[in-house]
Amino acid sequence: MAKELLKMNQITKTFPGVKALDNVNFSVEEGEIHALVGENGAGKSTLMNVLSGIYPYGTYEGDIIYNGEVCKFQKIKDSEEKGIVIIHQELALVPQMSIGENMFLGNERGKKNAINWNETYGEADKYLKMVGLSESSRVLVKDIGTGKQQLVEIAKALAKHAKLLILDEPTSSLNETDSKALLDLMLEFKKQGMTMIIITHKLNEVVYVADKITVVRDGSTVETLDCHTMEISEDRIIRGMVGREITNRFPKREAIDKGEINMEVKDWTVYHPVYTERKVVDNVNLNVRKGEVVGIYGLMGAGRTELAMSIFGKSYGSSISGVLKINGKEVDLKNPRAAIDEKLAYVTEDRKGNGLVLSNSIKVNTSLANMKGVSERGIIDADKEYNVAEEYRDKLNTKTPSVEQNVGNLSGGNQQKVLLAKWMYTDPDILILDEPTRGIDVGAKYEIYCIINDLVRAGKSVIMISSELPEVLGMSDRIYIMNEGKFVGEMKADEATQEKIMSCILQSGRGK
Amino acid sequence: MANKNLTSVLKKNAMLIVLVLVYIFFTAMTGGKMFEAMNFNALITQNAYVFVLATGMLMCMLTGGNIDLSCGSFVCFLGAIGGILMTVKKVPTGAAILVMLLVGVIYGCVLGFLIAFVDVPPWIATLAGYLAFRGWGTALLSANSTTGSISLAAKKDFLGIFSGKLFSTPANKMNMICMAVGIIACVVVVVVSFLSRANKIKKGYEAESFTALLIKCVLSVAAIMLFAYKLSLAGGLPTVLVWVAIIVLIYNFITSRTTLGRYFYTIGGNREATRLSGVDTRMIMFLAYLNMAVLTAITTFIVTARFQAANSQAGTYYEMDAIAACVVGGVSAYGGAGNIFGMVIGATLIGVINLGMSLMGVDANWQKVVKGVVLLSAVVFDILASKKNSVK
Repeated sequence: MAKELLKMNQITKTFPGVKALDNVNFSVEEGEIHALVGENGAGKSTLMNVLSGIYPYGTYEGDIIYNGEVCKFQKIKDSEEKGIVIIHQELALVPQMSIGENMFLGNERGKKNAINWNETYGEADKYLKMVGLSESSRVLVKDIGTGKQQLVEIAKALAKHAKLLILDEPTSSLNETDSKALLDLMLEFKKQGMTMIIITHKLNEVVYVADKITVVRDGSTVETLDCHTMEISEDRIIRGMVGREITNRFPKREAIDKGEINMEVKDWTVYHPVYTERKVVDNVNLNVRKGEVVGIYGLMGAGRTELAMSIFGKSYGSSISGVLKINGKEVDLKNPRAAIDEKLAYVTEDRKGNGLVLSNSIKVNTSLANMKGVSERGIIDADKEYNVAEEYRDKLNTKTPSVEQNVGNLSGGNQQKVLLAKWMYTDPDILILDEPTRGIDVGAKYEIYCIINDLVRAGKSVIMISSELPEVLGMSDRIYIMNEGKFVGEMKADEATQEKIMSCILQSGRGK
Repeated sequence: MANKNLTSVLKKNAMLIVLVLVYIFFTAMTGGKMFEAMNFNALITQNAYVFVLATGMLMCMLTGGNIDLSCGSFVCFLGAIGGILMTVKKVPTGAAILVMLLVGVIYGCVLGFLIAFVDVPPWIATLAGYLAFRGWGTALLSANSTTGSISLAAKKDFLGIFSGKLFSTPANKMNMICMAVGIIACVVVVVVSFLSRANKIKKGYEAESFTALLIKCVLSVAAIMLFAYKLSLAGGLPTVLVWVAIIVLIYNFITSRTTLGRYFYTIGGNREATRLSGVDTRMIMFLAYLNMAVLTAITTFIVTARFQAANSQAGTYYEMDAIAACVVGGVSAYGGAGNIFGMVIGATLIGVINLGMSLMGVDANWQKVVKGVVLLSAVVFDILASKKNSVK
């Protein structure tokens, strides 16, 4: 048996009013990849923050034993000195600085107050090679893609002589290829003797890399699964996470007669708003019928969001050309208002960035896209607005003490419901849902799927954009496959398989 | 429980309490001078400009912490135009007021266009105005007068609309109309508060306790009557108070009850989300600065009427006073949060400090130092309070 590198004993962490961690025991052996899984808010990140000293010693109960000694970290620097390095979900790089500068930020090479640039870039290049990046460390971070930025983060961690590397949702903003490369890199590091903890929602990744899996639920560790001694399936992990067996991750939808075509897009081409000669959407044709869920699957950067936003009142892109027909009638939607008036809704993938006003209440957010509905001649009917918000809270089962609560205080799943409520209140016929379940937990996902089913049952059309294959396969009636701005395939859901879709994308890539 | 309630009440009304304490402080330091009828009057007439400009500034700041640095200089420039029209060119007062308003609207449109549609950062666009209008105004004044100041003392109708007293009485007699207005205001406040609570209870919403409402009403009535009484002894209702009250009430309605007002908040909270919700965000930005220029024009009327002259020093630091009033009044420097009520408290606090220090005979330079410290403390207090509130 390998040596136990880390043991967290009886950790309890309370915030005013909430017990975030309750007697958690967690141990990691040297040289293993240990996955930490659990629903949002289960306490994974809190546990890692305790470990890395973000919550200093004394603010929690229990012991951290690392490498045989009890640790009392006061700040992040203390844990980093011991070789515990955490890479957070949100990339913490300064875009306008070079890779090298970023890598040694706060850890500068050279004498005190005088940076030795040769040493900085020399060492940076060395670490970049270790993570398989060929870029020079003098390149600015903003000029490389997100996948490579994530690798820079890892190189940065290596530069701190990490012995125990903690990766918090490392692949949440990466496409499938980059994710795979990252996971392989982790396996490579493991061979060299590095110990890693990975926090992720993507269970297929867990199954791929992890030696052990610890499931956290409601602030305590539920179980630790050893992947070498037992057969681990995604369903098995989910059972641990939600405490019950989810027999069906996608709710059944009875077959509905598909009505006539609700929206049709022909020869749709969009150019980048800044680099105006770059095509982001290339000659796309699509249609969606009443009562139909159409999936658009593509890797990140395939142009899916750009396609959706350009349809939705030209809110993205330049020199948009093509024909858009709604209910058989050709329309020219000049701005989001025009799109909303034509009963189109776009539910963004980026709910914090351009979906919700976090500093305002659920009530304000619910009515924002349809203020006419709660006002008369520009004067708000406060009672009506309140009732509308209450109605949608009930309908979508949003968990909140009151609709006056600020949206920023809600969990991701509940925020997503508020976002959906906002668009449902505009009474749309066609909803474009862009990554409707990103970053939310299994239980909330299921609820969102049920809402989608309710919508199509009511005769609405849903276009669902997603980069999760199981979701696309589980929810869609028909699937378009998008790659590099083009639609490269279309299949009925019952004919589609993961393999067929992936090969569609690979072949289109080779065709060029 | 009662303790908890008390803390939350204190926290909610922190600035109001600070205002009262500061007032008491200055009353004590000036040997009661601060409490004299004349100084109640001065508090309003001297600071009317802060209330009007801060209302405009509030609307700009709501859209995302955007400010207008040019309003003080624009007061000088527009005052110069008014002086030239009315005194030098002998244009009728009504026409002069219209022309000045028109110039304000034109400036507002240009500024709004540059900020909303050309995407010039607001502080740069208005910094240009800050420099240019001070220079232009001063140049106009020196070209049209020998002293750099144009008197408006002869324009009785202009002065009557924007300064002086409504139904004035001699200083030693009590002005009954002023008292009557005070009583009407009290009745309105009490009736509206009780009706709104009754309505909330009827609809089953959360409503404040009866005791709290009673205390609030008693305090409001006491404050209003104190003001009315003091003003009635100082010759009557200042005309500018009517202007300020109308503006404050209108904007309170806009910000709290209209869809247009709502958009100012949501743009400040998340501009992209508001745009994708079908709101013409550029138009809102445009309106914010157009509105600011119109209110600046009204400020110019009030200020030139009070000084009975247009001069090149008019409006100096007004923009800073307006921003400070907003920030002290709890308007977020990042946008999306703040209300008229808070701004009024903030503006009053700035006014009380100005007046109190003048009465104490504090050197003008040190007055600036104190105002700077107050501004910073208000923001620090606000940040600390909101940090404690958000349990994370």
